[in-house]
Amino acid sequence: MAFIKIHQEKAENPTALVKLCPFGAIHYDNGKLDIDSGCKMCRICIKKGGGVFEYVEEKNAPAVDKSAWRGVAVVAEQTAGAVHPITFELLGKARDLADKINHPVYCVLIGYRIADKADELLSYGADEVFVYDDPALEHFRIEPYTAVLEDFINKNLPSTVLVGGTTSGRSLAPRVAARFRTGLTADCTKLDMQPSTDLDQIRPAYGGNIMAHINTPKHRPQFATVRYKIFPIPPKREAIGKITRCSLANPQLNSAISVQKVTEKKREVGIEEAEVIVVAGRGIRKQEDLAMLEELAGLLGGKLASTRSLIEAGWVNPRCQIGLSGRTVKPKLIITCGVSGAIQFVAGMSGSELIVAINTDPNAAIFKSAHIGIHGDLYKIVPQLIEKIKLEKGQ
Amino acid sequence: MKIIVCIKQVPGTSEVEIDPKTGVLKRDGVESKMNPYDLYALETALRFKQTHGAEITVVTMGPPQAESVIREAFMMGVDHGIILSDRRFGGSDVLATAYTLSQGIKTSGGADLIICGKQTTDGDTAQVGAELAEFLGIAHVAGVSQIHELSDREIALDLDLPLHIESVKVKLPGLVCVEKGIYEPRLPSFRRKLETAGRDIKVYTLDDMVDTDPNHYGLSGSPTQVKRIFPPESTNTHESWEGSDAELAERLFELLEDRKFLQQLR
Repeated sequence: MAFIKIHQEKAENPTALVKLCPFGAIHYDNGKLDIDSGCKMCRICIKKGGGVFEYVEEKNAPAVDKSAWRGVAVVAEQTAGAVHPITFELLGKARDLADKINHPVYCVLIGYRIADKADELLSYGADEVFVYDDPALEHFRIEPYTAVLEDFINKNLPSTVLVGGTTSGRSLAPRVAARFRTGLTADCTKLDMQPSTDLDQIRPAYGGNIMAHINTPKHRPQFATVRYKIFPIPPKREAIGKITRCSLANPQLNSAISVQKVTEKKREVGIEEAEVIVVAGRGIRKQEDLAMLEELAGLLGGKLASTRSLIEAGWVNPRCQIGLSGRTVKPKLIITCGVSGAIQFVAGMSGSELIVAINTDPNAAIFKSAHIGIHGDLYKIVPQLIEKIKLEKGQ
Repeated sequence: MKIIVCIKQVPGTSEVEIDPKTGVLKRDGVESKMNPYDLYALETALRFKQTHGAEITVVTMGPPQAESVIREAFMMGVDHGIILSDRRFGGSDVLATAYTLSQGIKTSGGADLIICGKQTTDGDTAQVGAELAEFLGIAHVAGVSQIHELSDREIALDLDLPLHIESVKVKLPGLVCVEKGIYEPRLPSFRRKLETAGRDIKVYTLDDMVDTDPNHYGLSGSPTQVKRIFPPESTNTHESWEGSDAELAERLFELLEDRKFLQQLR
C-alpha cells in the first residue's frame, strides 16, 4: 500500500520538521519522528522536508481497463415530474467533457410518470436517455434509486457520472459510488476531461480558502456532484438521440423507507434567507417608486430591503431593514439603489458575495464596499434593466 | 436499543489559508473541537437515552488526540466511546473513511440506529453518512428535521427537502443524518466530567477490524487523489462603471446573466 517512509537518519532538525505538518500529524518522541493518523496525505512534508519523508507507492496497484468504460452520464433530478434545471446545467457540461474524448452523453431519468420528459433532456445535449418509470420510484427512496443507477451503470459502463448536488443527489451519488467502491468528489466548481478519460475535478476545501484538484486515476466510474447554478444552461437544440425504456424487477425496488405524507413548505422567505436582495436607500424620492425596485427583486427571485431612513419614513416594513439596528444579510447578490453606505448599513451586508451599488454621487461611501460601483441614476438604469430582463424572460 | 453516533474532531477554525508563494497551508495553532454538526446528532441520541433507555456509543476516526471529543461526548451523557486510530488510516478520502467507520461499527457489534450530523466543517462533503450506510447494508435518510416516534422496529421522522417536508418511516436498523437545529444541544456537565474521567475508551486499529486488508484503508483504499491544492482566484474585484444610462443598464444585465442570476427564468 502507499505510505510515507521516514528516513530518520536524514533528520537534522526534527522539531522543525514537526512544524511542517499543517495537521499536526508529525510527532517527535524518544528521538524518533512518527506520523499519526491525522495525516491527510497533503505531502507537504515530502516537498518541504529535505528528503526526510518519502512517498512510497505500491508499484502494481490494480487499475481498471479505462477503455471499457465509455460515456459521460448525467443523473436527471426531478421532483413531482418537473425536471430540476441543475440537470440541464450538467448536460451542458457533460457535452463539453464528452466531446473532448469522443464519448456519448447519457442521461438517466428516474421516477414515476416522467417518461414524457425524455425529449427535453435530448434537446439539452443527451445522446441517449434511459428512462426508469415505475410506481416504486415515485418518491426518492435510497435503495430503489441506488438499484436503478447500479443497473444503468452495469449495463452501460459510463466512464463519468455527474449528479446534482441537491438533497437527493447528495444522498444518491455517495451511495452508488460506495457500491462500486469508486471515487466521488463532492461540490465540484470546475470540471475538465483529460485524454486518458480521467476527470479533473476542482472543489473548494477548508471553508473555501483553498481549492483542491482531485482525480480518480484507477477506478471507474468516476462520480462528481455539482451544486445548482455553478455551470450555465446550454442552448436548446433539436431533440435528436435515442430514448431507451428500462425496468427493474420488483425485489430490487423494495425499500425500508415508506413515505407517509408530503407537505408543501410555506415559502415565506425573510431577507436573511433571500439569495438576491435589492435595497432601497435615501435616493428613492417617494414611496410609490419602491414598486420599481420591488419588481426588479421579483424578477431576480429576490427580496426588497431598505436602509434605516426609509423605515423611519414608514415606507418599508421594519423586518426588511438591513444594518446594525436591523438584519444582517449575506445574499449571493445585493443591488443597492440610492444607498449612501453608512457604516451601520455596510456592517449588515458586507458579507454579501456580490455587491452592486448604483448611486449618482461618485463619492458615496457605498462604492468602497461595492464590487461593482455604478455611477448613475437608478431612475434611468433600473427601468431599462427591468425591460431587458422581461424581454429575456419573454414577457 | 443500541445507538451509535459518528463524531469527528475538526480544526477549531475553518479559516485555513494557503501561502500563494510556498503553497503551504497556514494554520494558526492546532486547536481542535468537536464538529459542531455532531452536537445535534449527539443530542438526538441522548434524548432517546432518556425516553427509551437507549445505550449510546460514539465512534470517531482520527489521531489519538481525538480522544478529547469522546471525553466531551461522555460529559454530555454518552455511555461508550470507540476511537479508530491507525497510521494506516491516514490520507483517507470519503470512501476509505466510510469503509473504516463501517468496519469499526461491525467490530463493535453494530447498532439498531446510527445517527450522523449533516456534514463536517473541514471535509464539508456531507457524504460519509450515505457511504457508511451502504457499507453496512442499511437504509439511510438525510435532512432529518424532526423525529416523531421511535420503536424497536422503526423510526418516524420528517425530512426537510427544498420544496417539501416529507414524513417517512424507516425500518431499523437504519442510519439518519440530522439537520442542524433539530434539537438544542445540551452543554457538557462538570459532574459527568468527574464521573467519566476514568472511563475506558476502546481503541481499534486496522488489526482489530473484520477486514484486515490494508489496501482497503487509508490512501490505498482511497480512489480519489488530491493532485494539488492552490489558493482560489480572488473574486474581490472593485470595478467602477461609468457611461450612459443605456450602457450601464446593458452592462448590468450582462453581469447578471453571466453570473447566472437570470437562469431560473428560462
